[in-house]
Amino acid sequence: MGRTPRKPNVMILDKKIADDFAANDISFVTTVPCKQLAGVIEEIDRRDEFLHIPSNKEDEGMGLCAGAFMGGKRPAIIMQNTAIGVTINTLATLTQFYRMPLPMLISYRGELREPVACQVEMAVHTKALLAQLNIPTYHFHWEQDVRELDNILKFTFMCNKPVAILTDANFWGGYGDQ
Amino acid sequence: MIRSEILKEIAPILRDHLVVCNIGIPSQELHAIDDQPSNFYMLGTMGLSSSIGLGLALAQPKPVIAIDGDGSVLTNLGTLPTIANNVADNYILLIIDNGSYGSTGDQPTYAGKKTRLEKVAEACGCENVVTCQAEDTGRVLQESLASKQMTVIVSKCESGNAKMPVITMDPVVIRDRFMKAVQA
Repeated sequence: MGRTPRKPNVMILDKKIADDFAANDISFVTTVPCKQLAGVIEEIDRRDEFLHIPSNKEDEGMGLCAGAFMGGKRPAIIMQNTAIGVTINTLATLTQFYRMPLPMLISYRGELREPVACQVEMAVHTKALLAQLNIPTYHFHWEQDVRELDNILKFTFMCNKPVAILTDANFWGGYGDQ
Repeated sequence: MIRSEILKEIAPILRDHLVVCNIGIPSQELHAIDDQPSNFYMLGTMGLSSSIGLGLALAQPKPVIAIDGDGSVLTNLGTLPTIANNVADNYILLIIDNGSYGSTGDQPTYAGKKTRLEKVAEACGCENVVTCQAEDTGRVLQESLASKQMTVIVSKCESGNAKMPVITMDPVVIRDRFMKAVQA
């Protein structure tokens, strides 16, 4: 794939992700920020279809999502993959134990085109931890992988499970000024 | 007064509302005192009662009472700014502050030492924070419900637990009947 200007592509991705969320009746979104996810978080915040509640920590966010789900809203969480290290107990004893759906749009830091070495330290554990938790996991590496999102969201609400969508730096068209 | 005595006293108020109850002995006590489909018992995940309650309150219009403990709030202290900045007037956070980790053997919490959760809540931006003695919890809870304003109640009580059986109900059953109570 040839290099294309980063911003227009990313803006299309941000909008496509928010569109797919809305099309799948997701109306409650909690977020913990990541530079790669800044655009999609902005898009979610901007749109009336979503109640956007930023959280201070991802396990707190999963609690908010559990409550919103029981209140009749379809939730989603947007976070970094480092959060997997923070939320294992919550995923196991709340989301999975009570059988609740939770799409997790995750910035997969520490993968190809990552400039910050420390991010790799959690990246190498991310898929193993998700596999250990039996969490269905999808990895978006190329821009066109986003076409799966609609099916993944339908799958998530069909099976009432947390589902991980890992989006790496290559998917987002590089990181920062690369 | 210990927590179970407070729960016994406020059970007639709780019965008519959606209740999210903290993990461990608090849920066991509430379950034994007055099990209701409108009670969501946490069987795990320490610290998230206030967050689950807030998510529920933001998602639907019925009043929600999240029962939490001082130890659990300390575990998830980030919850207080989130509550303060996302006002849901159908939400009441009832912190039963006995200054100890009751479910694990009554070890002291920092709330039982120098930390004042009511001041933390205020500093986080919570606008209606009421501190009361255990005996006044019922009255304060009624007033908070009547005010139709998001309220954080810190009820000071003694440390101690009633001996109640473990909840054996399946979590999916707890969740399913609770969701039906939400929709009713």
